[in-house]
Amino acid sequence: MTLNDTITPDGEHVPAVRVPHARRMSRLLPGRIDQLAPVIMLVVLTAAFSMLNDQFMTADNWRTIANQAAIPMVLAVGLTFVILTGSIDLSAEGVMASTSICVSLMLANSLNSNDLGLVAVAGGIAIGAVFGLVNGLLYTRLRLPSLIVTLGTWFIGLGIASYVFPDQQPVVRDRSFRSWALGEWFGVSRLVTIAVLVVVAGAVLLRYTRIGRHVYGIGGAEDLMRLAGIRVDTYKTLAFVIAGALAGLAGLMATAQLGVGNANAGADRLFPALSAVVLGGTHLAGGRGGVLQSVLGVLVLVVLGNGMILSGVGPYVQQAVVGAVIIVAVVATGWGARDRLRVVK
Amino acid sequence: MSPLLSIEGLTKRYGRTVALDEVDLEIRPNEVVGLIGQNGAGKSTLLKLLAGVQQPDSGRLVMRGSPIKVRNPAHAAEQGIGMVFQEQSLVPNLTVAENIFLGRPNPGTAGGVYKWRRLNALAREQLEKTGSEISPSALVQRLSFADRQMVELTKVLALEERTDGDLLILFDEPTSVLSAAEIETLFAQIRRLKRRASIVFVSHRMDEVLAISDRIYVMRDGRRVAERDAAACDENELYSLMVGENRAEDYFLDADRKPYDRSATALEVEGLTAEGSFSDVTFSVCPGQIVGVAGVIGSGREALCRALFGALPTAAGRVRLRGEEVTMASPRDGVRLGVGYLPAERKHEGMVAERSISENLVLASTPALTRAGLLSWARESDLVEGWIERLGVKAPSARVKISQLSGGNQQKVVLAKWLALPHLRVLVLDHPTRGLDLKAKTDVYKHVRAAAARGVAIVLLSDTLEELLGLSDEIVVMRDGRVTGHFPDVPDTPPSSEELVKLMV
Repeated sequence: MTLNDTITPDGEHVPAVRVPHARRMSRLLPGRIDQLAPVIMLVVLTAAFSMLNDQFMTADNWRTIANQAAIPMVLAVGLTFVILTGSIDLSAEGVMASTSICVSLMLANSLNSNDLGLVAVAGGIAIGAVFGLVNGLLYTRLRLPSLIVTLGTWFIGLGIASYVFPDQQPVVRDRSFRSWALGEWFGVSRLVTIAVLVVVAGAVLLRYTRIGRHVYGIGGAEDLMRLAGIRVDTYKTLAFVIAGALAGLAGLMATAQLGVGNANAGADRLFPALSAVVLGGTHLAGGRGGVLQSVLGVLVLVVLGNGMILSGVGPYVQQAVVGAVIIVAVVATGWGARDRLRVVK
Repeated sequence: MSPLLSIEGLTKRYGRTVALDEVDLEIRPNEVVGLIGQNGAGKSTLLKLLAGVQQPDSGRLVMRGSPIKVRNPAHAAEQGIGMVFQEQSLVPNLTVAENIFLGRPNPGTAGGVYKWRRLNALAREQLEKTGSEISPSALVQRLSFADRQMVELTKVLALEERTDGDLLILFDEPTSVLSAAEIETLFAQIRRLKRRASIVFVSHRMDEVLAISDRIYVMRDGRRVAERDAAACDENELYSLMVGENRAEDYFLDADRKPYDRSATALEVEGLTAEGSFSDVTFSVCPGQIVGVAGVIGSGREALCRALFGALPTAAGRVRLRGEEVTMASPRDGVRLGVGYLPAERKHEGMVAERSISENLVLASTPALTRAGLLSWARESDLVEGWIERLGVKAPSARVKISQLSGGNQQKVVLAKWLALPHLRVLVLDHPTRGLDLKAKTDVYKHVRAAAARGVAIVLLSDTLEELLGLSDEIVVMRDGRVTGHFPDVPDTPPSSEELVKLMV
């Protein structure tokens, strides 16, 4: 699991007798410091950048930050569901590519006479959901690791995008669709409003519905959930469908921003979102974390990137700093759970 | 009285192994049925079939006069059968209330939407049955073990509103990790429950089964071999029924006990402290001496074992090996200095399940088997064959996976891993016979005695006081991380169990 190596806070090995272990954990995690870490980091970064740069603490800049955070947030919410169950979904970039191309060809565009409007939008989300369904079914039915399955569908998504891609880029002519990115609500791009709605829906789903609570339970003790007669595979698949649908939505949002159908719509979107989820304090082993934590993780990363650009930090240094911040955050989050004999993979 | 549940000809096979062979049992209303047998006798399999965790190959269950099928635990619950699992079945990162109603329809949720206030109120009602004051909204992982056991019990009791008839509650070794006081609470609950339910109680411990049961079934090799009234039998009779022969006269091999060298010390511990686990622990072990450490969960004795091996950092105090002060920063130091540690969790910490006997056995002694960084297969094979023979490990070859052996043979290999260490001076045994059957236990005793005779200093933790008293030369008692008692000469002036328990709780 090289992918996890760098970012896992807790490749926690679940012992058969969970009792002494759990007891030790709860004793070593005073209060909720693991949940506070991203908040503290966000406050510290904000304070530091406001001191370093006059332009940072301006309404304009925060508008930029919000706009930049919109798509990663939507992706991170979806990923949170999957990661809470203890699985992983790498397919987002492929899903975004497929949706971007397909939807731009369904909307009013420069290449054909389609003008499906909202139907195309629904279609884009449905494409994502189908990807999620396929991920979930392959994962639960064939009992393949989710890492492998979604790595596969990532590239299948890219493949579909290239296959459907016509000779030239479809330019989206649907005005109301373009207004997602160009128009504003409450002084910010409508994409931000969409992202906030997704976050609220995700948080409510996790806290107040059976799906959400079962997602936590599965991440906490899948075998026991099964013993309790809960259809674990169904709920796992649902988590993937949610992640897929949201990746589809993210693909739409990127298309609205770009104004063209683009097979690179999702390029370099996965790892920032994944890092944000982990930064926020959601455990890759599942069972702990949440949508709001992931939002904090996204904000930390976006504020960090934005602040460094304003402060004139070079792009290569920026990447290194982001990497270092992720590691520091994960170390801080997992500090209490260290144990000489703990197996971390 | 017509039985609540009749079990007729129940059979379960795993591959070629017959785990349950045409078992007939009867459970009457409002009685506690004790179920005893060695490991592999089929007790757990039987409970799993009753609770719907697994399906029988043949045979049938008749409940309140009509045949039933139990498809899964949720289905069992609908029919009034609940099970308190040996390893608790609570989901740690969900709340108490969620766990109590897990997997069942309840008025706390509507159409998949949770009404937390309602759910918590319902859970509180259920918790009040056991007189417990646990908060329904607390996360299970933040509860103490005893509280969790209460929630587990509450979860099963929550069945009663759902069925009209009597409940059947299955307890699979509920006491194996409980303290004496917690066992008493559990027994009080079981006695209270009898008015409303029939109970099947599985335990390794004869005294407990005798104390709580009305009737006892003995199982051996997947068959029911005896039925007794609890009032009309004793531990010895049950033992012999379980084993199929009388327990050996000198069970703890007292005859093999050798006088040890009292003039030297192999291990001295002085004021050892590990934050949050134990503090100011002082004792010493002579070469060839067996020192038992008594204590309940939370006494810090398991942590002490880990600290002696370098697996747990200590904050203060000294450890001396043969008079020389040492620092153990990791298990690697432990091994280098000649300290072996046999963990309680054999399957997870004692062995590498997917590797061969041979690889497991030489894990700690590879330095002695390598020349210029290369492993000598010939030497490894000599060493391994030698130990397999000495310890009588039953296996087709040293190349088979250790996970294919029986528990007793696995434990012998884990033990051999340490015995094979040429410079072994101290052996820390954390529950060395946990989960083993009588024969395997006796084997372990034999090899522990032999190691002591060789001059290895032994620190022993044990599941039962009987075992601790039977094996140890000296006993140290711990409570809440501190030493509360010390009995220097166990063979000549043994403390009574009551004396020990008083110091433990």
